[in-house]
Amino acid sequence: MSIIRGEEMVLNIGPQHPSTHGVLRLKVKTDGEIVSEITPVIGYLHRCFEKHCENITYEQVIPYTDRCDYIAAMNNSFGYVIAIEEMMDIHVPERVEYIRVIMAELNRIASHLLALGTNGLDIGAFTPFLYMFRDREYILDLFETVCGARLLYNYMWVGGLSHDLPVGFVEAAYKFLDNFEPQIDEYNNLLMYNKIFVERTADVGVLPADVAINYGVSGPNLRGSGVKWDLRKNEPYSIYDRFEFDIPVGEGIMGSVGDCWDRYWVRIQEMRESVKIVRQALKQLPSEGDIHEAIPRKIRPPKGSIYKRTESPRGDLGYYIVSDGKPKPFRVKMRSPAFTAMSVLDEISRGWMLSDVLAILGSLDIVLGEIDR
Amino acid sequence: MINEQVAQKLETQFPGAVIVQEEPVEDCIMLTSDQWQDVAKFLRDDPELKFDSLQCITGVDLGDENPMDVRYNLHSMSLLHKIEIRIPVKKDNPTIPSIEKIWRIGDWFEREVYDMYGIRFEGHRDLRRMLLPEDWEGWPLRKDYETPQTYHGMVVPKVKS
Repeated sequence: MSIIRGEEMVLNIGPQHPSTHGVLRLKVKTDGEIVSEITPVIGYLHRCFEKHCENITYEQVIPYTDRCDYIAAMNNSFGYVIAIEEMMDIHVPERVEYIRVIMAELNRIASHLLALGTNGLDIGAFTPFLYMFRDREYILDLFETVCGARLLYNYMWVGGLSHDLPVGFVEAAYKFLDNFEPQIDEYNNLLMYNKIFVERTADVGVLPADVAINYGVSGPNLRGSGVKWDLRKNEPYSIYDRFEFDIPVGEGIMGSVGDCWDRYWVRIQEMRESVKIVRQALKQLPSEGDIHEAIPRKIRPPKGSIYKRTESPRGDLGYYIVSDGKPKPFRVKMRSPAFTAMSVLDEISRGWMLSDVLAILGSLDIVLGEIDR
Repeated sequence: MINEQVAQKLETQFPGAVIVQEEPVEDCIMLTSDQWQDVAKFLRDDPELKFDSLQCITGVDLGDENPMDVRYNLHSMSLLHKIEIRIPVKKDNPTIPSIEKIWRIGDWFEREVYDMYGIRFEGHRDLRRMLLPEDWEGWPLRKDYETPQTYHGMVVPKVKS
């Protein structure tokens, strides 16, 4: 039987479309239902982050980093502040380090919950999304008690934190973790081993490891392709070398290594690892320590530049900062992990059905605020 | 392996490619742009270097009459070392060979640098603006950039500094 080739059609998905996770436009060339090329058009959310940074002081950049990746704001400002601290050679108190790790890992769980929920939602599973959002809300409540904000915290400062932990936080966090851990199994029963979900994601959008590295894909997407790489273990920053946790990698349990299902599975396993880290950090948290102790009066890093990267929930988040010794940064460049993940979409979507593209896009976990900056 | 060793290796392999810094201020390798494509291929494929991952491309405008820099942060996933490469480009005619065929992510990174600095990457498959509208005028991250008053009849708000 010969394959009937039809005329190619260009289909626009977005900029206003619920499956594009923000304001993203995809120019999809299709032959019938089969996708032959995707050109992502980005920049709809461009807010001139890098240009603005040159006109504001170092501490004023911190709230801006929150707004780049509004799903994982703690992790974003974490990367920025430790880059500045390394430039200025500031050592923060132990208590600050522990609180930062607790916040970063809780935010990682919250971010993964959103990623997993919307991934399911994109391909038609509505109920798990509600469950995951319910649990994410508990984390946001914890953050609210800490700094008063649900999503955009401005919590991590250069050399310290904006507020100390409120009374009863440790107990509340333990309570959350105890309630949350069994929930993960519930999600798995609902979605991960659901036959329809497996059919839609296993063997779909396979991302081989060498392609992933060549495209600079990082974080859970890279680990889904079977590469054991996590900056928290491989290039430990802050105090991550003190905790015991595993790096889950995709094993191709339902299909082949690097498919959508593997990326989903890696995120589920990472939430368990984050729970482990938070438990250890809560246990070791020093009760004494002034969180404002190491905050410098003037933030003026010495002349020079730094490239510092940390593991955000989406992957390697890098800041390239150039200082000329003045109170305002000379140049701030953000290397966003979602940006690189977005660029690989064309490569792994070719030859798949149009409806699979949305499953692949969801599994890459992109945040448009961070791509467009 | 650190920058110095890599610089020496490059100097023997590609004479004239490395710009010798009289007073090295920062830990990096300065290169000329003319052999950059071959050098990049060598950096990726040499068994002792194996820089398989391009982390970041940053454009920097050093202001006044200084040349602009394109800075590459490379990392090796297998050998766990990293270097920074800087290539100065002239401001009046900024061109540099493209490396998007060597590291595929270079495609989008280079488009972003082009978008912000107007540095043309020769041999790039599709050099268009990335984050700004296609018809935007000027290169915003250059230090001498002046924000246009209007865009399609809309007033562009002024940034107070």
